[in-house]
Amino acid sequence: MADRNGAAIHTDEVSRHYTMGTALIRAVDEVTLEVRAGEFLALLGSSGSGKSTLLNLMAGLDRPTSGAILAFGHDLAGMSSQELARHRGRTVGMVFQAFNLLPRMTLAENVELPLRLAEVERSERAGRVREALERVGLDARLTHRPGELSGGEQQRAALARALVNRPKILLADEPTGNLDSHTGDEILQLLGEINTSFGMTIVMVTHERALAERFAHRIALLADGKLVKDPEREGQR
Amino acid sequence: MKALDLAELAARNLREALLRNTLTTLGIAVGVASLVATLSLGVGLQELASRRLARSGLFDTVYVTSRQNFRGLGGAARRLDPNPEQSRPLDEPARQQIEHLANVVEVYPEIRFTTEVSYAGRKQLATVAGVPPSARSSDAFEGLQGGFFSGPEAEEAILQVDFARELISQPAALIGQTLLLRYAERGPVETPKGSRSVSGGLNVDDFGLGFSVIPREKSLHIVGILETDPGIAPGGFGRGRMFIPLQLAQRLKPVQVTELRDLMRASLSSTTPIYSSLTVHVSSAKQVQAVEDAVKQMGFLAFSLLDATRSLQRFFAILDVFLGIFGSLALAVASLGIINTLVMAILERRREIGILKALGAGDRDVRQLFFAEAGAMGLAGGALGVALGWSIGRVINFGTNLYLHRQNLPRENIWSVPWWLVAGAIGFAVLVSLAAGIYPASRAARLDPVQALRYE
Repeated sequence: MADRNGAAIHTDEVSRHYTMGTALIRAVDEVTLEVRAGEFLALLGSSGSGKSTLLNLMAGLDRPTSGAILAFGHDLAGMSSQELARHRGRTVGMVFQAFNLLPRMTLAENVELPLRLAEVERSERAGRVREALERVGLDARLTHRPGELSGGEQQRAALARALVNRPKILLADEPTGNLDSHTGDEILQLLGEINTSFGMTIVMVTHERALAERFAHRIALLADGKLVKDPEREGQR
Repeated sequence: MKALDLAELAARNLREALLRNTLTTLGIAVGVASLVATLSLGVGLQELASRRLARSGLFDTVYVTSRQNFRGLGGAARRLDPNPEQSRPLDEPARQQIEHLANVVEVYPEIRFTTEVSYAGRKQLATVAGVPPSARSSDAFEGLQGGFFSGPEAEEAILQVDFARELISQPAALIGQTLLLRYAERGPVETPKGSRSVSGGLNVDDFGLGFSVIPREKSLHIVGILETDPGIAPGGFGRGRMFIPLQLAQRLKPVQVTELRDLMRASLSSTTPIYSSLTVHVSSAKQVQAVEDAVKQMGFLAFSLLDATRSLQRFFAILDVFLGIFGSLALAVASLGIINTLVMAILERRREIGILKALGAGDRDVRQLFFAEAGAMGLAGGALGVALGWSIGRVINFGTNLYLHRQNLPRENIWSVPWWLVAGAIGFAVLVSLAAGIYPASRAARLDPVQALRYE
């Protein structure tokens, strides 16, 4: 099951339920979805539709209540917390709406962080950091701190951090949510380039249909935790 | 995560909340300082006691007497002894034999006799003790005014201050003066021929009726006045009111009190001197037992204060434990500070922990990071605390010496910080800090990354 028909990610009736007091919240409810290797998929949905929860499950940040999530054939649900950490550090890279850069570190230090966690040799790190920042056009800002950068630059730095460990999958959670439309466009163009140039699988969570339609190969729609529209599955029917 | 990366990240995190972490570290430092200060005083006192005892010569000394001293009187008893070697006399050949034992530094006899001392027309009875040259470095002669004997056979005397006061109101004025010693010299005597049995069927020959007494006078130059009473150890120089060089005492051949007892033995009829006891100085306290055993093998009675040393070591070990416990109390309080600081850090860095986990940090990495921070605070606090404790110890030592000086007492070093205390205190601080970090570290490691990333 190295990849199910070339799937980078396959979710099989995956659910994530929470209890809040006596109420059961079905954040993700029996979602079956397949993301092919090299595909740019947009998960579209309104707020609370469960798209970020599904992304977190794919990232290995959260565990499903039921169902299976396969990343290149490996079931995340059966992994130990250490194996999940390795999956987060090496197989996937993440970009967040809030950038999530560490404010007291320089850009170079922020981008170096995943390399430290993956125990990459020190001698190799500086080159990899510079390469990642060059790719997003920030190689001149190595020593700047996040607070000295614009929102777009911060998101690009976050993208460089997500790419520095050369992951196979990039998971982006509302990457343009905190940016103006022009800067958002730039970021998505960058994601598109990365997808095209490196054949990197990208799963992007967004609520902006227009952007998703412009840049993603496929749009899957979630509502109330359920996958309500997936062209792939419709095609299979 | 590799150790160096862990250390770098921990150091960076500690720098971020500099004031709080510094205060926590200072708390540890105060705890370690109290531990080091109390233990350094305990160790210092122990070393002082050991030093004193070593210099007193009590604990590296074996006291030897003849078995004859503890048997019945006369040759009859000797005849009954199944093993004649077991009751050999403590004579010069025996002294030399003991002197040749391994680790024996010096063997000298106890010579103590009563005499009349005359100075400026005033006469006093005094006990005179022979003192070996090695006594110069002994604690017994520490408070000596004037000087020690100029040579092993110098015709000089040192007076105990109370005795000196009986001769003159200002004892110091005696130094450089001459006094006259009147004593009884022991001389040989012919055994009366044709003597008959005196009692119990024993012959006069068995008693070896002993020695003649010749009145003698000797002028001695007073070189020193001893302020203190030089010990009361068996075989030591105690119980003497006046001291003369041992070789001079041997040359004078004075009649000793113990010789009245030995008078009843044949031994005094021999030409070689018989000693009532010998003092054997051993190279170190560790060798005392071996020498004591060897002397017993030679057929003499041997006695040392080794057991007393062991009791003393036990006492100081217990004292150190108590001091350590009291000193550690402050460190225990400081460990609560570490827990508080790290728990606060978890709250403040909740989002950061989430980011680290999203970037590939495992629970173990997060736990190790918090441990590293706790350990670093412990290490810094430990090092600072040792320096602080060292300073406190020095101040106490200085204050004590100031007090001793004002009391006209000699300076003493009552404080000591050996390397094991430095290493132990720092190690203990790190250990306590790591223990304090267990709860915060596991709490941080268990944080749900999704929740942590949502935290504002």
